Amino acid sequence: MKYLIIGNSAAAVGAVEGIRQIDKSGQITVISSEPHHTYSRPLISYLLLGKTDRQKMRYRPDDFYSVNGCECIFGKNVLSINVKNKTVSLDDGRSICYDKLLIATGSVPFIPETEGQEKVKNSFTFMSLDDADALGKAINAGSRVLIIGAGLIGLKCAEGIAGRVKSITVVDLSDRVLSSILDAEGSEILGRHIESKGISFILGQSVLRYGENEALLSKGGSVPFDVLVTAVGVRPNTSLLSAIEPSYERGIVTDDEMHTVIPDVYAAGDCTQSLDVSSGKNRVLALLPNAYRQGECAGISMAGGKKPFDRAVPMNAIGFFGLHVVTAGSYTGEVFERKAEGSYKKLFYDKGFLKGFIMIGDVNKAGIYTSLIQNGIPLSDIDFELVCEKPSLMAFSRKYRDEKLGGVRQ
Amino acid sequence: MKRVYVNEKWCLGCHLCEYYCAFANTGMKDMAKALCNLEIRPRIRIEEQDDISFAVSCRHCDEPLCVKSCITGALSRENGVIVIDSDKCVGCFTCILACPYGAISQSETGAIQKCELCAKTNDGIPQCVAGCPNGAIVFEDRG
Amino acid sequence: MPINFIYPEFEIVRDESQCIRCRACERQCANEVHGYDSERNAMESDELKCVNCHRCVLLCPTRALKIIRTDHTFRENANWNEDAIKEIYMQAGSGGVLLSSMGNPKNYPVYWDKILINASQVTNPPIDPLREPMETKTFLGKKPEKIGRSDDGTLKVNTSPQLELELPVMFSAMSYGSISYNAHESMARAAQSLGTYYNTGEGGLHEDFYKYGKNTIVQVASGRFGVYLDYLNAGAAIEIKMGQGAKPGIGGHLPGAKIVGDIAKTRMIPEGSDAISPAPHHDIYSIEDLRQLVYSLKEATQNKKPVIVKVAAVHNIAAIASGIARSGADIIAIDGFRGGTGAAPTRIRDNVGIPIELALASVDTRLRDEGIRSSVSLVAGGSIRNSADVVKAIALGADAVYIATGAMLALGCHLCRNCQSGKCNWGIATQRPDLVKRLNPELGHQRLINLLNAWKHEIKEMMGGMGINSIEALKGNRLMLRGVGLNEKELEILGIMHAGD
Repeated sequence: MKYLIIGNSAAAVGAVEGIRQIDKSGQITVISSEPHHTYSRPLISYLLLGKTDRQKMRYRPDDFYSVNGCECIFGKNVLSINVKNKTVSLDDGRSICYDKLLIATGSVPFIPETEGQEKVKNSFTFMSLDDADALGKAINAGSRVLIIGAGLIGLKCAEGIAGRVKSITVVDLSDRVLSSILDAEGSEILGRHIESKGISFILGQSVLRYGENEALLSKGGSVPFDVLVTAVGVRPNTSLLSAIEPSYERGIVTDDEMHTVIPDVYAAGDCTQSLDVSSGKNRVLALLPNAYRQGECAGISMAGGKKPFDRAVPMNAIGFFGLHVVTAGSYTGEVFERKAEGSYKKLFYDKGFLKGFIMIGDVNKAGIYTSLIQNGIPLSDIDFELVCEKPSLMAFSRKYRDEKLGGVRQ
Repeated sequence: MKRVYVNEKWCLGCHLCEYYCAFANTGMKDMAKALCNLEIRPRIRIEEQDDISFAVSCRHCDEPLCVKSCITGALSRENGVIVIDSDKCVGCFTCILACPYGAISQSETGAIQKCELCAKTNDGIPQCVAGCPNGAIVFEDRG
Repeated sequence: MPINFIYPEFEIVRDESQCIRCRACERQCANEVHGYDSERNAMESDELKCVNCHRCVLLCPTRALKIIRTDHTFRENANWNEDAIKEIYMQAGSGGVLLSSMGNPKNYPVYWDKILINASQVTNPPIDPLREPMETKTFLGKKPEKIGRSDDGTLKVNTSPQLELELPVMFSAMSYGSISYNAHESMARAAQSLGTYYNTGEGGLHEDFYKYGKNTIVQVASGRFGVYLDYLNAGAAIEIKMGQGAKPGIGGHLPGAKIVGDIAKTRMIPEGSDAISPAPHHDIYSIEDLRQLVYSLKEATQNKKPVIVKVAAVHNIAAIASGIARSGADIIAIDGFRGGTGAAPTRIRDNVGIPIELALASVDTRLRDEGIRSSVSLVAGGSIRNSADVVKAIALGADAVYIATGAMLALGCHLCRNCQSGKCNWGIATQRPDLVKRLNPELGHQRLINLLNAWKHEIKEMMGGMGINSIEALKGNRLMLRGVGLNEKELEILGIMHAGD
C-alpha cells in the first residue's frame, strides 16, 4: 500500500500516526512545499517572542519520519493530481503514484485587493515559519508596524513582536478585537488589556489605499508605517481539488471518515469543512486539534480501519500578554454570565444543551464545558446551576464519576 | 496498564493526596522543607461539596483529547502514560480546554502540569495512592 | 463557672517548623480541636476538646504533631488521686452518673502477666511448626459423654450442633449501633476469611450481612432487638446475653438520637426511640427460665444451632456456670471485668465483676468436678490482648476466646475511651456518615485477618515449644502454666503451680 500525504502539519502528522495504528509496513510519502521538519504553526509568534525556538517548535520528535517509515519530499510543490492514474505531479517534474492520497494542504492567507499595495516594500503575512523569519528580519527597534486584522493571527503577531519594535498599530474593519471568537464584552476586556501593553487599535475602519510607508484609512486619516503585516483571515487551500471539484472553494467536503467523493482521495485539516456539533452546520474549523483528529481518522480509514470523525466544535485557547482566553462552540441561546476581578465567563445554552462558552482570565477546568458541548450531554442530567458557577465533576451523576474516575464498568 | 482509580465512597476529603502529590513533584527529600509556606499546585485535586468529596487526576485516556489537541507536541503518550515535556509547552492551555475532567492545570512556570503517575519520580509509585489514608485512591491494572 | 473548669488532660505539641498548614488535622478532628488562623497563617488548637485519639497525629504528613499529658497537676496525694478529685468536680457540677467506655482501666492485677508458659527441653522434644503439622482447629458445642455403637457395630452419631473454628479466637458481641456498619462488615468478612465467627451483639443483623451468616453468631439480649425467625436462622449459633463484663448487673441504653435509618430498621424499633435493654431478661429469673429460652431458641431453629449463654464474670460464677451447663446451653461465654463497652457507668465499669483468669479457672474446675465439663464448651473474653493470653486461657480450660477491644484496635481504635460521644474519629463507634466512611472495610477486614494470622503463627510456635501439636491437647492443660508473684490462694484458684515448683 502506498500512502501519499500532501502537507506536513497537524493533519498530516495525525494521518501518519493513524495509518501506523493499522498498517505498520505500508509506504508513506509526505510532500510539503515547506523545507522544514513538521513544526507547530501557531508557535511562530512564540518564536518571535523568544518563548520557544526552532528545535522546540518541532511538532514531533526529530526521528518522527524515520520511526514511522516516511519518505519525505520537502520544499516541493504539488502542481496537480491525476485521479484517474492515481498520480500527482511535482514542480520538479516528478510524478508520484499513490494508492491512497490525503490532501492536508491547510489554509492560505487571504489578502484583500487594496489600491497601492504593490508599493509597500515591507509587506508580510503571518502563517508560516518562513513568514515569521522574514518578519523577524525586517523589524528593528525603530520599526512602526501596521497590522491589518485584529483576529487571532494579527493579535498573536502583535504580541510576538511587541517588545522589539517602536510601535504597533492594529487596524480592523470590525469595531472590536477578536470578533470571530469573542462577544462584545469579551472583546472589550481583551482589547483594553492589549492596549495597556502599548498596542494601538484603529477599529471599524479598513485601509483605503497604501502609499509606500502610509496607509490611508476608510474614514479618513492615515497611519504611517515601516512594516505591514496582513492578517485579515485565511482561506482553505483547496486549489489542488478545486480544479476537479469547483464546489470545494469553501473547504473540501468529506464523509465522516474524511473520504472525498473522489475514490481513494481523502482530505483533512484546515482545507476541509466539518460538522460543528454546536451549531449543526458544516463549517471550516481551522483549528489545530481539529486538524490532528481529522488527520488521524483519515489515516486510519486510508489504512482500512474505521474511526469516524465526529464531535467537532470550534474551540480556541489563546493567551495575550498573560491574559488567557478560551472559547468553544457557538454563541446562541440563553446566557449565563459571571464576572469577577480579572475573569469573565459567559455560557450559552439552548434547549437543554450547552452550546458555547467564553472564559477570560480564569480558564480552569474549561474542558468540562467543552465536553458538555462535544458530547451533547443534556443539562437535565447534571447539576447545571453548579456547573455554571464552577466547572466540576461534582455536577455530574455519581454513576458518571464512578465510571470515569472509579473505573467502574456499568 | 496500571491506572489511578478513585472511589469516592472512601474519600474523606482530607486533601492529603494533594500534599503528597505536590511534595512528590518537588523532588525534595523533606516534605516540611518542600511545602512550608508554599501554595501548593498539586496535579490531583479534591472536589468537595457537602458530604461528597473525591479526587480528580489525569485518567490517562486511551483516546487522549489533550494529546491530540496539543499544539506543540509537548503532550504525548509513553507506554500508556500521558506525559508532558514542559520545555516544549508554551502554556496555550488548549489541553485545559480539551480535558473533559479538568485534570490539567497551570504550573508555576506557566507551562501546564498534569499527573504523570509519578513515572518520572518516586519509582513509579503514585504518591497520592501511597498517602491516601483510606484506600480511596488505588493504583491498579484493570485491563 | 470557673469552679467547673477542669484543666485539659492533654496538650497538643505542634512543631511549627514541620507544620505545612495542610489542615488535615483540622479536617480530620470530629472534636474540632484544630483550627486555622488565616491572619497568622498558623494552626491553632483547643486542647479542652482533645480526647487523645491520635487521628491528627497519624494523619499529619510531616509528623508535626504529638499529644502529651499535661504537667498541670494537683498536689500529690496517694489517696485523693487526680481522677478521684476531678470526678468529684464533674459530679458536683452536673449531678449526673459518670459515663465511660471501653474496658476497666484501673490498676487491678492482670493475671495473664503473672502466668508463664512452659517449653520442652531434652526429654520431650519441641515441635517445629514450620516442619510439622500443627492443628489449631477446634469445635465448640456439647460433646457426647461416651461413644456408642449400634447393633451392627457402626458408630452412633448423635453429636449436637457444633461451631468449627480454624483458630480458637472469635470476635465478640458488639452491636450495630454501638459500632458502625463498616466495623461490622470488616469483622464479618474477616471471620469468613479466617474460618471463625463474629457476633451481632444485640442490635440485630443488617440485611447486607445475612450473606455472612455461616460465620455469624446472632445474639438475643434482654431488649430482644432485631430478633425474629429469619434472624435466628441466619446465624451459625445463637447467643443469649445475660450479662457483660464491663457492666455486670445493668442493662444498656442506646439513645434515640442514634436510632436512625438502618439502625432502627435492623433493631426493628421506631426511629428516634431509645433502645433500652433491661438489666434482667424479664422472662428469666431462674436456671429453669433460662432453660426455657434455650430450648425455645433450639426449637425455632430445628436444633441445628448451638446455643451460647454469655455471662459476666461475677463472684459466684462457678455456680452460675454449672447452672447454665445444666440448662441445655451448648456453650458458656464468660466475660471478665476488663471487657470493653461502648458506654457504661464509670463506677460499674471500674468496680464490678472479677478477672476472667480467675473466673475461667474456677468454672473449668467446677464443671470438671461435677463431671459435666464435656457437656458445654467454654469461651473466655474480657481483655485477651495477644496470642500468649490465648494460649494461657486455653491452658486454663477455655475452648476458645472472644476478642473485641483487640479487634477494634486493629481497625484503628486508639483507646481514647470516648465511644459514648458518638464522634469516633476512626469510624468505629459512630454513626455519623462522614466518620463511618473513615473505616474502609477493604482495609479493615484485611487488618483483622493479618492480626489473627499473626496470632496463629505465634500460637503454633508456643504450642510447638511445649511439644504440643494440637490445640485440643492444650485445653485445660494447666501443667503447662506456672505462676509468678502469686499467693497460695491465687495459685489454688488458678489451679497452677508457682514457677520453680
